[in-house]
Amino acid sequence: MRWDWSAVAAFLPYFWHGVLVTLEALVLGSLIAFALGLLWALAQRSRLRAVRWPVTAATEFVRNTPLLVQLFFLYFVLANWHLPAPELTTGVIGLGLHYSTYTAEVYRAGIEGVPVGQWEACTALSLPPSRIWRAVILPQAIRRVVPALGNYVISMLKDSPTIAVIGASEMLGQARQFSADTFQPTEPITVIGVAFILIAYPASLLMRALERRLVR
Amino acid sequence: MSADHYPRSSAPDSPYPAGNGTDLIEFKDVTKRFGRTVVLDKLSFSVAPGRRVTLIGPSGSGKTTILRLLMTLLKPEEGTIKVAGDYLTHEERGGRLVPAGDRHTREVRKKIGMVFQQFNLFPNMKVLRNITEAPVHVLGLSQEEAEERALGLLDLVGLTDHIDKYPSQLSGGEQQRVAIARALAMRPQVLLLDEVTSALDPELVAGVLDVLRDIAHTTDITMLCVTHEMSFARDISDDVVMFDAGRVVESGTPEKIFSDPEHERTREFLGAVL
Repeated sequence: MRWDWSAVAAFLPYFWHGVLVTLEALVLGSLIAFALGLLWALAQRSRLRAVRWPVTAATEFVRNTPLLVQLFFLYFVLANWHLPAPELTTGVIGLGLHYSTYTAEVYRAGIEGVPVGQWEACTALSLPPSRIWRAVILPQAIRRVVPALGNYVISMLKDSPTIAVIGASEMLGQARQFSADTFQPTEPITVIGVAFILIAYPASLLMRALERRLVR
Repeated sequence: MSADHYPRSSAPDSPYPAGNGTDLIEFKDVTKRFGRTVVLDKLSFSVAPGRRVTLIGPSGSGKTTILRLLMTLLKPEEGTIKVAGDYLTHEERGGRLVPAGDRHTREVRKKIGMVFQQFNLFPNMKVLRNITEAPVHVLGLSQEEAEERALGLLDLVGLTDHIDKYPSQLSGGEQQRVAIARALAMRPQVLLLDEVTSALDPELVAGVLDVLRDIAHTTDITMLCVTHEMSFARDISDDVVMFDAGRVVESGTPEKIFSDPEHERTREFLGAVL
């Protein structure tokens, strides 16, 4: 095997495009995962069984089926909707939806970790439910779970190459395309491997620092 | 310290209808069970407006349960509770008594404030916001009105220098004084005090009791107090009620209960704690 720096140089423009798409998928996927996860966690605490049960069943289903299968399924369903950039859009929705079922559990743990005395104080002050959640419970619960949510962002980063299978041109997609065009797979794959470490490792250090700061 | 920001019943805008002949709190045949354990057994008792009543008795006698029922943190299995003439856990609909809806319960509950053993301040809010949160969002006060009320109460509890601190930056005694101010900011007709000094280091107890004594002596708020501080009970109470096994053993003035109790069970209990 021969290492060819000129192949690295030739790959770089495609690589940067792949980095952008990866980060785009990561940021948008995370936002969906954070928002939907919170929605699922709150729905699972609903007094209404008609809300609680379907959401529990759906999140269990999504959590227990492979992301890859979900991406293929979504891609063929959403293909009929004529979305802009269908590969990336499907990838973002797939990643966000899949991870929302994990973040829902994180939020659930965070909410259950708020001491019962906080709920009692809210009752004693007759705070309305919207205020209890927005001003008291969620700020405390989310503070506790920021590090755990961050760890799922790192997991999502590592799962992001999966969206290449439906044609999204993120880092792995770009590397595969470059390899197919030039018959030089080693350099692009190595470059994106290093890139993943360079993004994921500092991010995990940041999460540990956050954990020390927030969870006391 | 001053109680100017907490109106007495003689003030024109007083929330305390003192001496009108009706009881402010009425328990009628209230039964509370936890599983098979009967904590309150067809308990009936009442408290007149403006009275300071201390509940004493051994652990598990049902004292704290009474406070928690009044605060709607627990629901009775049987019986009714009235506060200022309104049913707390029931409401009248079409001439019938039915379990109360959330809105009714919230309205009646506004008449009651509670101070907890573990303070239960909101750790994500500074002292001032801990006190203004409910007056703004429950009573509909403007931020300025709520802050003015909060500052007056912080003056009453001697903590005006701490408005910009988080609860974690305060001592246990200071946190409990903020919790007292927070409860009073709602201008409740009844203040429930649930072993408010039990979680405090001994040197911090006196400050909290001083504040409560001050409130007891300078306002006409009705107080229902569960405490193991017998000297405090003797000092502030109009009535002392001795509980055992979910029933009232006896009640009377502090002088009578502490000096000349009628029942053997009361003598035994006081002998153990005094």
